[in-house]
Amino acid sequence: MAEFAQEVDASGLNCPLPILRAKKALNSMEKGEKLRVVATDKGSVRDFAAFTQQTGNPLLESSEDSGKYIFIIEKG
Amino acid sequence: MAQKKLAIIAAKGTLDGAYPPFILASTAAALDYEVQIFFTFYGLQLLRRELDLKVTPLGNPAMPMPMNMDKWFPTMLTALPGMETMMTTMMQKKIAEKGVASIQELRDICQESGVRLVACQMTVDLFDMQPEEFIDGIDYAGAADFFAFAGESDICLYM
Repeated sequence: MAEFAQEVDASGLNCPLPILRAKKALNSMEKGEKLRVVATDKGSVRDFAAFTQQTGNPLLESSEDSGKYIFIIEKG
Repeated sequence: MAQKKLAIIAAKGTLDGAYPPFILASTAAALDYEVQIFFTFYGLQLLRRELDLKVTPLGNPAMPMPMNMDKWFPTMLTALPGMETMMTTMMQKKIAEKGVASIQELRDICQESGVRLVACQMTVDLFDMQPEEFIDGIDYAGAADFFAFAGESDICLYM
């Protein structure tokens, strides 16, 4: 898992906390580094797509695994 | 691309009324917006050092209550002593259970991410409030100051 510069576990957190935690992590990262976010909030799927699109941080992956939503974001 | 701007007027001082301005402001800041919230009238309660926000079913027939009370409990009885405290306690419990942020946390994030919080000086005077009652790092100003920012904003909301 060395390919991720940081990981944010937002399991159990509701809107807008997963986004806010992800943003905080991205702020401390270098351009091109990758962030992995795990969330359980169903709304986070659309929210992370919107967040990454508006902030210019590419969403490399958005997937679901037994109730967990995984997002891989590249710092833009 | 020029930085987008969000201007909010927060006029409510209840626990439920506190969420929309702080959620939208913190999220907009995360989306790299420049954000300002102007707190006026009861909204000033949201700037207190010690938050003591309550929620009440009184006069709010849309508020879901435990045991479907909102369907059968007489409206008049929601004015009974203790109802407000009971409903506030239950709401706070729900907030914690569902992983919803506390107002304190959202407010801290707003301050950390540079959201400008402005207290309406006129209301502060009107209610004889003291700056010591409020958190640090806020500005005191009036309507003209609000328009200086709101007039340039992309989104302007009254809550």
